[in-house]
Amino acid sequence: MTDLTRLTAAELAATVASGESSAVEVTQAHLDRIAAVDTAVHAFLHVEADGALAAAKAVDERRARGEPLSPLAGVPLALKDVFTTADMPTTCGSKILDGWRPPYDATVTRLLREAGIVILGKTNLDEFAMGSSTENSAFGPTHNPWDLGRIPGGSGGGSSAALASYQAALAIGTDTGGSIRQPAAVTGTVGVKPTYGGVSRYGLVACASSLDQGGPCARTVLDAALLHEVIAGHDPMDATSIDRPVPAVVAAARRGAGGDLAGLRIGIVREFAGEGYQAGVLARFRGAVELLDELGAEVAEVSCPSFTYGLPAYYLILPSEVSSNLARFDGMRYGLRVGDEGARSAEEVMSLTRGKGFGAEAKRRIMLGTYALSSGYYEAYYGQAQKVRTLISRDFERAFQTVDVLVSPTTPTTAFPIGERADDPLAMYMADLCTIPSNLAGNAAASFPCGLADEDGLPVGLQVMAPVLADDRLYLVGAALEHAVVERWGGPLLSRAPELEVVA
Amino acid sequence: MPTISREEAAHLARLARLELAPDELDHLAGQLDAIAGYVARVSEVAAEDIPPTSHPLPLTNVFRDDELKPGLEAQAGLAAAPEAEDGRFRVPRILGEEA
Repeated sequence: MTDLTRLTAAELAATVASGESSAVEVTQAHLDRIAAVDTAVHAFLHVEADGALAAAKAVDERRARGEPLSPLAGVPLALKDVFTTADMPTTCGSKILDGWRPPYDATVTRLLREAGIVILGKTNLDEFAMGSSTENSAFGPTHNPWDLGRIPGGSGGGSSAALASYQAALAIGTDTGGSIRQPAAVTGTVGVKPTYGGVSRYGLVACASSLDQGGPCARTVLDAALLHEVIAGHDPMDATSIDRPVPAVVAAARRGAGGDLAGLRIGIVREFAGEGYQAGVLARFRGAVELLDELGAEVAEVSCPSFTYGLPAYYLILPSEVSSNLARFDGMRYGLRVGDEGARSAEEVMSLTRGKGFGAEAKRRIMLGTYALSSGYYEAYYGQAQKVRTLISRDFERAFQTVDVLVSPTTPTTAFPIGERADDPLAMYMADLCTIPSNLAGNAAASFPCGLADEDGLPVGLQVMAPVLADDRLYLVGAALEHAVVERWGGPLLSRAPELEVVA
Repeated sequence: MPTISREEAAHLARLARLELAPDELDHLAGQLDAIAGYVARVSEVAAEDIPPTSHPLPLTNVFRDDELKPGLEAQAGLAAAPEAEDGRFRVPRILGEEA
């Protein structure tokens, strides 16, 4: 009998649509898989078995009535625990929201439900999506299915690990500085950060509002594209939502799967190589570029000199927005309240609540943002970082005059051991070196699996960056690369991952 | 470049309403100083005449149609409150002792 958890989302949807398996059977198979492996992986913070089975049953009933099903109906999905869900807790990986039940669904949540996608539960993340390893979760780290002693990336490590361990066929992530792409890279999965404003932020608990972007995570490029079309589109509830047609990403993924990139111009970002980059990462990156070249693409090197200032600019802009956004967690209207014993003032209760409720990284970033926005430093820090942001956008504009997409390694190293960088913030920040420019400029970018590093046998990701609203180009390149690597290896990269021990 | 001393870190924690234990403050102050030193690299960029970007897409005056839409019911809004009383949020006293 087919193991339903090994099928792609597109295959699962076809299975459900044809009646070969019911959506309930598909969902149950994934719930069983969660029970068997998630004690070791810890991808989920909350599993909503009854709700998932009820959603699956509704899909089966629609099919039985002969009603049309949407392209991903009946496919199980893991939702990052930073999107609100009216029927499940939403914690953002923080003690300050432990057990919080939001009174409303995020737009992304609503769109998933309307498409008949089955939400299995909520996945682990670094607290308020701040981190690159998922070690900053107040509820314990997630483990990389390739090597349980290593990080699954972050902040969306729960979503990437759920995919890589076949606990869900689809997942949702959010990307503020690389939190979709870096976890995808280190787990051998696909992650796409759409153009800023392409997916609604309504009901996405804010980290840094001008950078946050929800997006699709999957094991194949086509699956990511199918999910992209479900969650993308204009939402009047988000003032930064783009009121334009969603790029034709599914068509691009299907076209790319033909393996022909003739005429496509690809630029290698010169600045993203050299010191600090693992040899095996650079070797697989060069290998991927050679493959794209063989598929007909024209490859050239491009210089984006301001990109090297992306990381310091980001760590001024992001904490500034964080210190403001996280001010809402004051223990007054929802979430944790500490020390309200009658004698203390509201201000004292706020300080105690926030001191107890936030973890170390949240505190670091709140204090750094408070510092960067203080009078006397504002122009030198925040003001200057905003100017760097302009220069990075200009580098992209200049590059996209001569090439269609830019490429780089997604992250400088493969998955590092849990604990290695946990108390070394600057070392941790380096994981997002290559992904940050696209958040600052708002353009579309993605990570696709491109091989295993020789020295440790761990996955490496190729980052592809496209202009604003040219998200379809990511899928064209990603699908062509996937086609070429599957042909070369006789199967997807993920099929090389070790089998996890199954708990009976 | 200015550095973040322990005293300044304590001041930032007060401004940000974060009650920190003394050892926590010691630890964070050192890390903040290192991070501040690193991010100060942005000052190397000559950018006098460069306009700042606050937002990746220049959207302005985004309005929705002026239609009546149901909002959150009071009960739903209060459902997750740490303390509620008479259909309102109950909060600790707002004024300090000296007031």
